[in-house]
Amino acid sequence: MKCTRCRERAELALRSHNAAFCRACFLIYFQRQVERTIRQDKMFTPDERILVAVSGGKDSLALWDILIEQGYQTEGFYLALGIAEYSSQSQQKAEAFAKKRQVNLRIVQLEQEAVPVPRAAQFTRRPACSACGTMKRHFFDQAAHDGGFHVLATGHNLDDEAARLLGNVLYWQTEYLARQKAVLEPSHPKFVRKVRPLYRLSELETAAYAFFQGIDYIIEECPNSAGATQLFYKDIMNRIDAKMPGSKRNLVQKFIHSAQSLFVMPEDSPPRECEKCGMPSYAPVCSFCSLVSEVERKHEQAQSTSKPEAHSSKQTDRAEQPHLHEVH
Amino acid sequence: MQVKLLPQNQMLTFSGSMIVSILLKKLDLLPESVMVIRGTRLLTEEERIQADDTIEIRSVISGGV
Repeated sequence: MKCTRCRERAELALRSHNAAFCRACFLIYFQRQVERTIRQDKMFTPDERILVAVSGGKDSLALWDILIEQGYQTEGFYLALGIAEYSSQSQQKAEAFAKKRQVNLRIVQLEQEAVPVPRAAQFTRRPACSACGTMKRHFFDQAAHDGGFHVLATGHNLDDEAARLLGNVLYWQTEYLARQKAVLEPSHPKFVRKVRPLYRLSELETAAYAFFQGIDYIIEECPNSAGATQLFYKDIMNRIDAKMPGSKRNLVQKFIHSAQSLFVMPEDSPPRECEKCGMPSYAPVCSFCSLVSEVERKHEQAQSTSKPEAHSSKQTDRAEQPHLHEVH
Repeated sequence: MQVKLLPQNQMLTFSGSMIVSILLKKLDLLPESVMVIRGTRLLTEEERIQADDTIEIRSVISGGV
């Protein structure tokens, strides 16, 4: 198979584009796709400071890499979830990337600042992924606000968006559909603009970019993702796309640019700030602080049941700034 | 040929040479869901894997929830 652009030997075939690329031409294609997305969707300008949420995986590191390549002002933010070996390996990957590219990485440890994800899942009825999402949203928002960033960028790709859209449509989650945007403008002064510059690029494309660029990312999957519904949706979408190449891309792009605006957000802005952490909230205590309080209470109950003399000294007032460990 | 599957970290052995697309069908893998890696290069579906090759098939699908 030959490269569609230069006729050299291709390394990657993209059925949805009816094209194949050699390494050099693919990197040009990828760069142009990201540039076009940022420009057409008015995501950010070179003057704005961007906080990139990184997990150590291919998508977030590919995103950070290309934004650095394109000269944007970026810093990374890594949230250590406390998921045993998986978290320590992914943190190492994120730190190694930051060191190699000589960029700043902010690190927050859930173990120190709140509760690790496994404990949150253990002491509540919530699935680990649900607790993880609540933690990430809180700390991403807080880090972007406290750091004075204009934009929070995440590495969500085309497959993430297609799977999310399929799930939202299957159950007609109109509130979620109203929020499924490539650019989410802040609904409160303490929020920043949230963008997804890779939403037009598939997982295969982001993985190939990371591979070609020599990015050392974590290949292992989060142990909590086994059997996740999102993976099932992704498989379904890939099977449809294998029969009808381009359908996955068409579904997402037509939704984002045409159908999405038909769904209206029911509430404009969180009306208050959380009594504990000070971040925007719809209730006196935000969902993050409620979750942490519940886990701490049940954890202490469990400890006092097994060891009557043992009491947790975990600080419960989260209005203080989280401790940031920085890697340069 | 030796085939290493990631992230499962599983080694498989197949006899003889084989076209990439045939190997993916045998393994019930969609081409969009994996990278087929020989050394430092990616292989397209049309390429032939030789009997003495060692390749890596790396899943590109990630996610939770």
